[in-house]
Amino acid sequence: MKSFKVLGSGCKNCVTAAKLIEDKATALGVEVEIEKVTDMAAILGYGVMSTPGVVMDGKVVHAGGIPQPDKVEGWLKG
Amino acid sequence: MLEIFTRLADWATYDALALDRATKLADATHFFIEDTTKIFFLLFVIVFVMAFFRSMLAPEKVRGYIEGKSRGIGYGLAALLGAVTPFCSCSSVPLFIGFLEAGIPVGVTMAFLITSPMVNQVAVVILASIVGWQMTGVYVATGIGLGIVGGFVIDRLHMERYVEDYVWKIRMGEVAQIEVDESLRGRVRYAWDQANEMVRRVWLYIIVGIGIGAGLHGYVPAAFFAEYAGADNPLAVPFAVLVGLPLYSNITGIIPVAEALLAKSLPIGTVIAFMMSVVAISPPEFIILRKVLKPQMLVFFATFLSIAFVLVGYLLNALFT
Repeated sequence: MKSFKVLGSGCKNCVTAAKLIEDKATALGVEVEIEKVTDMAAILGYGVMSTPGVVMDGKVVHAGGIPQPDKVEGWLKG
Repeated sequence: MLEIFTRLADWATYDALALDRATKLADATHFFIEDTTKIFFLLFVIVFVMAFFRSMLAPEKVRGYIEGKSRGIGYGLAALLGAVTPFCSCSSVPLFIGFLEAGIPVGVTMAFLITSPMVNQVAVVILASIVGWQMTGVYVATGIGLGIVGGFVIDRLHMERYVEDYVWKIRMGEVAQIEVDESLRGRVRYAWDQANEMVRRVWLYIIVGIGIGAGLHGYVPAAFFAEYAGADNPLAVPFAVLVGLPLYSNITGIIPVAEALLAKSLPIGTVIAFMMSVVAISPPEFIILRKVLKPQMLVFFATFLSIAFVLVGYLLNALFT
């Protein structure tokens, strides 16, 4: 089980990013837990200033924009 | 090279659609086809090239450049970097907090945020290809100048009082290092995605902007503008700024409107004041900034910029007519 956190103020791109991870996980049959983090203190606590950012199992793997689909697949398979 | 879009519009309007050259409909249609094809082409190409060379600065890097600089250098540097750093307005809040957390003064941070929506590489190339380099140069200098002056004034008046208290308590973690695929294939994929994302984000503004521009171009007689917004009407500039306040568009979307207005012989200062008012002051941007700024500062910010746009409008009209 992988845990993802999508960091962002709740803008459209953040929702899209969370949806992308969810869809890819379903397609690949990987069990995931996705949490949307909107608290600014928490987002900056991860060292991320450009949203949306993605945190996988506690590590920041992406920041600033919707991640590329194959990148997301890479996280899920890795 | 960009004549190809004029020829394409010629062919589509007069041959394919067989519209009569002298008609208003033909004028508007020609404007719409030429601008749509040209602007989307340029937008995609510029974002692709910038992303390919990874010349897009990340806000995290920018923060590092400005951090620890004296205020004197800070305003200019922040305004310049604001002009070349693309970021989605939904990132304004974390960016604002991140800058302050690094000890960057509120005014320097605001210089970045004021210039950023007004000036960027995409706007420069499209503006230059449509209205020429002179107008573009004036526009860019004005946008950067306003960022510097705005930032300076905000610090001078000690506006940091009006930053929400919780902002000062936030501590930022170490800036995350993210792996990037540096291979040619990785760069092309990244650039392609960036360009697509940009088009998805702004296409509606562009279409609406071109639609309005085409309508003005084809259907509103130049005499109408000469009467109400000509160089000899002193109220034209404040009126243009007031009209622009509630409107919101991405800078790329407002360019075709500016093009149509300039073609109707509206003075350059009035057009630039209008463009800046639409792009830099908008209800959605203010709702976002309200999360970190108290209402007093937002009111000050909007008032200051509006007055600045009016003054810039008068100044440019005086200089260029």
